Amino acid sequence: MKAAVLQFPGSNCDRDMAVALRQAGADVTVVWHKDNGLPDGVDLVAVPGGFSFGDYLRCGAIAANSPICKALVAHAERGGYVLGVCNGFQVLTETGLLPGALMRNMNLKYICKSVELKVETAESAFTEGYGAGDVITVPIAHHDGNYFADEATLASLRDADGIAFTYLDNPNGSVADIAGILSENRRVLGMMPHPERAADPAQGGTDGAALFRTLVGQLANA
Amino acid sequence: MKAKVTVMLKQGVLDPQGEAVRHALGALGFDGVEGVRQGKVIELDLADGTSEATVTEMCEKLLANTVIESYRIEID
Repeated sequence: MKAAVLQFPGSNCDRDMAVALRQAGADVTVVWHKDNGLPDGVDLVAVPGGFSFGDYLRCGAIAANSPICKALVAHAERGGYVLGVCNGFQVLTETGLLPGALMRNMNLKYICKSVELKVETAESAFTEGYGAGDVITVPIAHHDGNYFADEATLASLRDADGIAFTYLDNPNGSVADIAGILSENRRVLGMMPHPERAADPAQGGTDGAALFRTLVGQLANA
Repeated sequence: MKAKVTVMLKQGVLDPQGEAVRHALGALGFDGVEGVRQGKVIELDLADGTSEATVTEMCEKLLANTVIESYRIEID
């Protein structure tokens, strides 16, 4: 199973993402933002956390228009798998691959702590290692994680079982406590919490490991 | 030629920064500030003859996120 981790100026979770995917058994290539294409045969593209392009203009906006993101969108449109975490989630909403937008946290503070998430659906390659309703503990570290979508978008997310994770105790003002969402074809996941920071006992928690294990396992068997 | 693009959060989208500014003004003793909205201004130096339609395209593709933001274009 081949995975690519995108790297922008200002990415800072690219290495953690690569380590988590490798530990789960993926063959990982890190890809620079100016590259025009992804490596041949990539099954999964991971967009890591960080502060791509210094969060200039809006978080993720400049990265979303970089050459590699054109290849990312083409990959998703071919039915390829995409995982966007934190800044990666912001990039995915900016490309339009996922609906809604991420705004400044309601309390205006940068928040870095572990939070409890409820797994809202186990019906995806990302979440089937959990049970629907499971509560997992995963760190967040963001200033702009306040998910916004209008009523119509929220209704279609709910109808499509597209809400992947919610916060038990909403830290940032996200509408409907949303922490992560799936695309309509369930192959694109964007989430603000960092599963790659809870993937090894040395990190103080392993609740994120199942996401990588089942995702890599699924794609290896596909 | 110059164009000025003003980007604001849409009405109905909560603006916590504007709210914080409103509170701070109240704390300074400015009574009667009923609402504050904070946005950004982007000034563009453009080749003469650039059409407003082109600037609109810039706003739609990059300068504003129309999910949460509205924009206004002024051309000098």
